[in-house]
Parts: sequence; structure tokens; C-alpha cells
Amino acid sequence: MIENFDFGIVIGSLPFLLKGLKVSFYLTFLALIGGIFFGTLLALMRVSKFKTLQYASMTYVNFLRSLPLILVIFWFFFLIPVLIGRPIGGFYSAVIAFTMFEAAYYSEIIRAGLLSVSSNQISAARATGLSYSQSMIYIILPQAFRNMMPILLTQAVILFQDTSLVYVVSLRDFMTASVIVAQSESRLVEMYVFAALVYFVICFTFSFMIKKIQNRKLIV
Amino acid sequence: MKYNWNWSVLIEPQYFDWIISGTLWTIYLSIASSIIAFFLGSLIGIFRTLDNKILNFIGTTYVEIFRNIPLLVQMFIWYFVIPEIVTDDFGTWLKQDLPNPEFSSALMCLGTYTASRVAEQVRSGINSVSSGVGMAGCATGLSTFQLYVYILLPIGYRIIIPPLTSEFLTVFKNSSLALTIGLLELTARSNMIMDWTFQGFEAYTAATVIYVSVTMIVTLIMQRIENKTQIPGFISKKT
Repeated sequence: MIENFDFGIVIGSLPFLLKGLKVSFYLTFLALIGGIFFGTLLALMRVSKFKTLQYASMTYVNFLRSLPLILVIFWFFFLIPVLIGRPIGGFYSAVIAFTMFEAAYYSEIIRAGLLSVSSNQISAARATGLSYSQSMIYIILPQAFRNMMPILLTQAVILFQDTSLVYVVSLRDFMTASVIVAQSESRLVEMYVFAALVYFVICFTFSFMIKKIQNRKLIV
Repeated sequence: MKYNWNWSVLIEPQYFDWIISGTLWTIYLSIASSIIAFFLGSLIGIFRTLDNKILNFIGTTYVEIFRNIPLLVQMFIWYFVIPEIVTDDFGTWLKQDLPNPEFSSALMCLGTYTASRVAEQVRSGINSVSSGVGMAGCATGLSTFQLYVYILLPIGYRIIIPPLTSEFLTVFKNSSLALTIGLLELTARSNMIMDWTFQGFEAYTAATVIYVSVTMIVTLIMQRIENKTQIPGFISKKT
């Protein structure tokens, strides 16, 4: 019951939890960069003229999007050591799994962003003598990214929440650290409530900031 | 790459049964939580569109809380925390007498979480019904209740069929999180086969194929429903 709460346990294990939180942030950051990079590639393949590239990208995106993230994590943890013949450690396996998984989601956002830029822009760019790749890099992508910034950032918050799932492979992020403390000290209630609070404060603050950005008109 | 292929592991009776029972648990859990999510989510979504400060506040708070806490944490809270913080009698009942507590906790967790997402869709669906329609409804003397039941909801739901479909598919995928509290659904079962036999490729492929097939089937059914329920000339289909 509530009167038996002992939040002292939280304070005592703060250094351990902070270490975990750092892993969570680092993982989010790397997967975000990787996801946006590969997502952009997939989106560009999707809008290209070549049917093969279009289908390849479409298949990848639809396939990954129909799988649960936990299954994808299991897949990569199993697959990477088998493929390259040696283990590369839980953290990098997780980074690769999240990058490949998030790339599918980011590519859909980025594709919508690319389509939101009027097609006249590309005609105009080509008319000034830019090549297709130049007009993509200098004209279309910058505008697309600006249009989709709020959604990309929202997806980043979701990604941060999703990183808690590395718990299933015992990688020591914030969630796993909370569970370890909770179980070793038999303080499940305090630790899980605390974990929920920490995640809530972080995600709510970011979502709030994103809303602020969204309200500001980015492209006039 | 060294790997001993052995696809026959999937048809060994024990593992085959695991996959079937895992798939069934995944499907039960997804359908049951979708139903909770649909009704609760519609209610919360309607709250957010009503002209009432208190109901608006309840709706917004609900959505913000459930959206900003990772589902895994919510799963642990439903399973480990709730039985401890309710009244003693109820807590004891939850811990000892409730049949299949993993399933019930996962069901409540997925239902309430998905409700917050459905609520956002319902709200945007209702808001996207042109305001003239609502005013016309008011002018003919409908009460707010009648306005929602006869006008706003039927049109709003039709508009949000595609995003609702993806929410249902998200529940289906999120149901795999129930393995963290010990429900032996599809992903858990395939991982167990991997642990017992070291045939990871075969085990995960089986789960993958099942997830992809169900996703495709649901997508097809929902497209059918969308086409069937379309009001000609009313909602322009976006291409």
C-alpha cells in the first residue's frame, strides 16, 4: 500500500539508473541518425523512376512494418553473430536492429515529405540545369525535411520509448536497470512507478517542445 | 557462415503445437484489446471534441499519460504494480484468484494504451466532418447525443478507417510485449523454440511468416470494409 512506499531506494540507485539512461539516449541517438539516413535512401528509391528500386523499397518497408519490434530485435541478435561469425556485443546489435526497423518508419514519413514539395520545384530545378541528384539534394530534400520536422521529432520520441524494449535481450538501458534494481531490492512498485515518471517527464517535455515548433510557421 | 538447417523442427509435434498456441494467444489478445480500445478510445475521442472543459481535460490528460510512457513500463505497471496498490482484498483476488493474470494484465494494458491512440483518430475523424454538417444537424433540432450518434460518428468513422486499420495492426504487433510478463504468445514461443533447439532461422521465420500473413489478411479485409461503407460522392478518396 501507498504508506509503505520507500522512495529511498530510488535515490540510492540513482547512479546505476543514470548509467542506464545514458545508454537509452545513446541508443536513441544512433538509431535516429541511422534510421533517418537509411529512411531517406528508401524514400528516394520509392520516388525514383526505376521500378526495381521502387519495389525493393516497398517490399522492405511493408515487410518490416508488419513485424513486431521485439521479433526484429530477436532476429538481429540471432542473425548478426551467425552472419559475420562472431558476436559484436548487445549494444551494436541493438543499434543495427533499431536502425533497420526505424528506417522503414522514417522512409514513410520522408516519402510523404518529398511528395509535399510541389513537383513544379523539381521541374524548375532541372530547368536551371541541375542534375536529378543535385535538385534532390539542394532543392527538394531541404524543403521536405523542413515540412516533416515535427513528425520526424515525434517519431524520435516514439523511438526513445521503443528503446525500452532492449530489456528483452537484457541490454542495460534505463528500463533494464530499473528492473534489475526492482528485483534485487524487491521494490517493484517504487521502481516501476519511478521509471514511468522519468519516461513521462522526458517524453512529455519533448512532445511539448515539438508542439511549439509545429506552431511556428517554418516555411512561409 | 556455419549453420545447420533443419526445417523439420517446425513440424515436430511439440514445437508445432507451440506455434499454433502462440498464434492463437496473439490473436485472442489482439482482438480482445482492439475491442476495448475501440470503445474506450471512441469515448475519450468524443470527450475531446465536446464543448465541455472538464471532459476535454479528462480526454487530453488520458491521451498524454498513455502516450508518453513506454508500453513496456505500462505492461509492468498493470502486472506488478496495480495488484499492490489497490485495496488489500482486491489485490489478493488479483494475485491469487484471477484466472490467467498475464492475459488479463496484457489485455488491460494494450486496451487502455491503444484507446489513447484510437482516441486521437476518432477526434480527428469527428473534426474533419465539415462543420456545416454539424450545424445543419443542430438546426434540425437534434440533441448533442443524437448529433454524434446519427451524424458525426457515422461519417467520422468512415473517414478514419485507414488509420484505424493501422492501429489494429499495431495492437497485433504490440501484443508481443506480453511476453515480458510471461504470456506465451507467438514471439515468445518462437524464441522458446530458438532456446530449446538453436534453430533460430526456422523458429523466427515461422513467426515472421505468420505475422506478415495476418497483417496482409487484415489489410485486405479492412480495404473491403472501406469500399463497402463508402458514401458515394461524400468523402473524396485520397490517392
